[in-house]
Amino acid sequence: MSAAVDHQDQAHHAGDDHHGHSPFQAHHFETMQQQFDSGKLGIWLFLFTEILMFSGLFCAYIIYRYNHPEIFLYAHKQLNTTLGATNTVVLIISSLTMAWAVRAAQLNQKKLLIWLLSATLALAGVFLVIKYFEYTHKFDLGLYTGRENVMYQLQHPADFQELHEEVEENLAKQAEEKKEAEAHAVSEAEAVDAHPSEEHGDEHAAAHDSHGHDGHGGPEQFLDAPRNTQIFFGIYYMMTGLHGFHIVAGMIAIGWLLSRSIRGDFSSEYFGPVDYVGLYWHLVDLIWIYLFPLLYLIRS
Amino acid sequence: MSTITPDTKLDIGHNDDPSSNYLTCSSGFLSWAFTLDHKRIGVMYLVGIFTSFFLGGLFALLLRIHLLMPNGLFPETWVNMNTYNQLFTLHGAVMTFLFIIPSVPAALGNFVLPLMVGAKDVAFPRMNLASFHLWVIGAIFFLIALFTTGLDTGWTFYTPYSIETQTNVIAATIGAFILGFSSIFTGLNFIVTVNTMRPPGMSWFKMPLFMWAIYATAIIQILATPVLGITLLLLMAERLLGIGVFDPSMGGDPVLYQHFFWFYSHPAVYIMILPAMGIMSELMSVYSRKPIFGYTFIAYSSIAIALLGFLVWGHHMFVSGQSPMAAVIFSGLTFSVSIPSAIKVFNWLATMYKGNINLATPMCYALSFIFLFAIGGLTGLFLGALATDIHLHDTYFVVAHFHYVMMGGTVIAFVGGLYHWWPKMFGVMYNEAWGRFFCLVVFIGFNLTFFPQFIMGSRGMPRRYATYDPEYQIFHQLSTLGAIVLGLGMVGAVAVLVWSLFNGRKAPANPWGAATLEWTCTSPPPFYNFEHAPHVGSPYDYSQLKYDPQVGGYVKDPNAKPASDHH
Repeated sequence: MSAAVDHQDQAHHAGDDHHGHSPFQAHHFETMQQQFDSGKLGIWLFLFTEILMFSGLFCAYIIYRYNHPEIFLYAHKQLNTTLGATNTVVLIISSLTMAWAVRAAQLNQKKLLIWLLSATLALAGVFLVIKYFEYTHKFDLGLYTGRENVMYQLQHPADFQELHEEVEENLAKQAEEKKEAEAHAVSEAEAVDAHPSEEHGDEHAAAHDSHGHDGHGGPEQFLDAPRNTQIFFGIYYMMTGLHGFHIVAGMIAIGWLLSRSIRGDFSSEYFGPVDYVGLYWHLVDLIWIYLFPLLYLIRS
Repeated sequence: MSTITPDTKLDIGHNDDPSSNYLTCSSGFLSWAFTLDHKRIGVMYLVGIFTSFFLGGLFALLLRIHLLMPNGLFPETWVNMNTYNQLFTLHGAVMTFLFIIPSVPAALGNFVLPLMVGAKDVAFPRMNLASFHLWVIGAIFFLIALFTTGLDTGWTFYTPYSIETQTNVIAATIGAFILGFSSIFTGLNFIVTVNTMRPPGMSWFKMPLFMWAIYATAIIQILATPVLGITLLLLMAERLLGIGVFDPSMGGDPVLYQHFFWFYSHPAVYIMILPAMGIMSELMSVYSRKPIFGYTFIAYSSIAIALLGFLVWGHHMFVSGQSPMAAVIFSGLTFSVSIPSAIKVFNWLATMYKGNINLATPMCYALSFIFLFAIGGLTGLFLGALATDIHLHDTYFVVAHFHYVMMGGTVIAFVGGLYHWWPKMFGVMYNEAWGRFFCLVVFIGFNLTFFPQFIMGSRGMPRRYATYDPEYQIFHQLSTLGAIVLGLGMVGAVAVLVWSLFNGRKAPANPWGAATLEWTCTSPPPFYNFEHAPHVGSPYDYSQLKYDPQVGGYVKDPNAKPASDHH
């Protein structure tokens, strides 16, 4: 990626320095304007290729969601909407700081530029940290890809005996607990027979809910998964993984801009690289803005 | 004197100043491996591409010789069925990804395009170098696949077999993925160069047609290659993580892989043929000494082919179980591509009409191209028609068809273009008689190789089989004989060029009397190409050039009338 944006500073090998132009003008361009226009067209073409690359994944998403809506309806519940929404906000703010950084470069505001680039970099880091927690939570639940996915394994008990035994054990234990709890509830209900137990029932449901969501529910919670639900996770990891890779690439590019801005390379005359990386960063944000509703906010 | 300026008024010839000549201005391995000069990158590509071409050709010869006997010529211990699968797979993969896709754009295009626009370099020289480095890395991954386990999926990596096979699919797909980036970088560079670096006076319709063709190619490279990238990533994920998108045992759809793959690989066919057509437009006009006929039609037909090429990928899946409605639509669209292709052929023929034809070696290749491409193109119609395709699908008829287009078209035009620009690239003239002779050998060998394949294919000989019924033996034997002749012809054609490097006479600036800008600088060009942007005239106006026997090439005619616009 950086090859797409760092072409501008090849002034180093321009031996003949006619009519005192900017040190950042490459020898094969007639004017700074021509150089800037070339870079701009280049980065836009590069962004086209990025969109087409992701379009393959979106295409796969559409086909499987159209053919198997039940998989997507079921599986998306495993994604944490709050974290996803937070990440969306984080990226939108980082887009703002990036766009502002372009403006700061154009206006020769060196300090502001450094500050804004650092902020963008930090926000990108926040995004990745949140994404890390989301991923590890899914790994804890056994929601891997393909045959490693616990849902697939539950549906193929003959191939995964151990898991099957564990599930049977858990189910038996749960049935016992349930029986105990029922007995407990009956005795309790008898004790407070005078009051209708509304709040009690609520409490009970809440306790159950947290049990299901804090990751300690065993694999048996996925027994009702539709067939081939693992495909959703394949698509989820591919889409968010490729997007995450682009975030990392963007962080490298922004880090490179940061070091150059500290050196004081950018000015109202030469700000192309900030502009190009900015465009790239907006595209990465934009892709997330599509990924978030498509993966996290599914309704029938 | 190293460069020609508009004031020079003298089209001199050879570049005798070693400090200005791009080949000799600096030396040492690193001065080549890390050069930003588009000419050196083009030359390095040329070397790499021909190495791959001979590697791929070697695989082809081995499997052709194996097919001399119905049960295989080589003993089981040397070439068994598995080796045979590997041979045709690697032949296809090497020829497609390493040779033919980068051939014209990356080698000749890199060298010629900036000279044609009168620029000092392409827009992004570093990206250009990165493109070559990526090509080398991609080639290394192919070699890793070759030397570890080989590869036996066919060059198309069709699922589900590519998920199950024990061969090193991962290395090959990483290689193809990286080569895709190399191709994107080249295409991106060319689009930006053409858009932003044309000199004043060169409007879109004053560009040489080679530039139009390269531009159309670059559009495809940019729009199609990323889809191949994601397809190969998904295939790798399929093997490593089992994500299941293409794997029927996991609920995936293998036909979806075919759609994804051909969405790239069909347009990629036009990545291969369009630049060859661009070369043809240059050769036809220069060697007929006549302005190109139907300039705007040829220019627009390049763009039309590039765009229509995106709409026909489904014709690779007529028998893969896609819906009959989709098949009918794809068949109709496939026929529509023949229109712009035929427009080009008509215009080339019309250019030759009443021309003053110079049968130099490049023109001999150009004439071969028209003959072979016409056969290749017309047999494509049989495959585009639904009913006949069911009979011909996956037979040698298909093999012969695409070899007539890809090899008879692209490779022939590539070699023709190489002969055409050779004096400019290296400043030497090759031996004309031997050049023509090997062109004839290639032409005969080519037809002998692939024409029998049409016949046996239409009689039902399936492709990719290591053994066959004895009734096909005569065709296989003719084909193998032709392949050997073709191989010798190709080696000879390259040997003539290599020999000229050491013994050829010095080339003048403009040996063929072409009017495009690359012929206005010396042969070989100086490092910076042009001191000042050269004067832009009509690229196909030959009225101002006249042959000077003392120079051995064409010079500006001092008595010529001022240029008249020809289109």
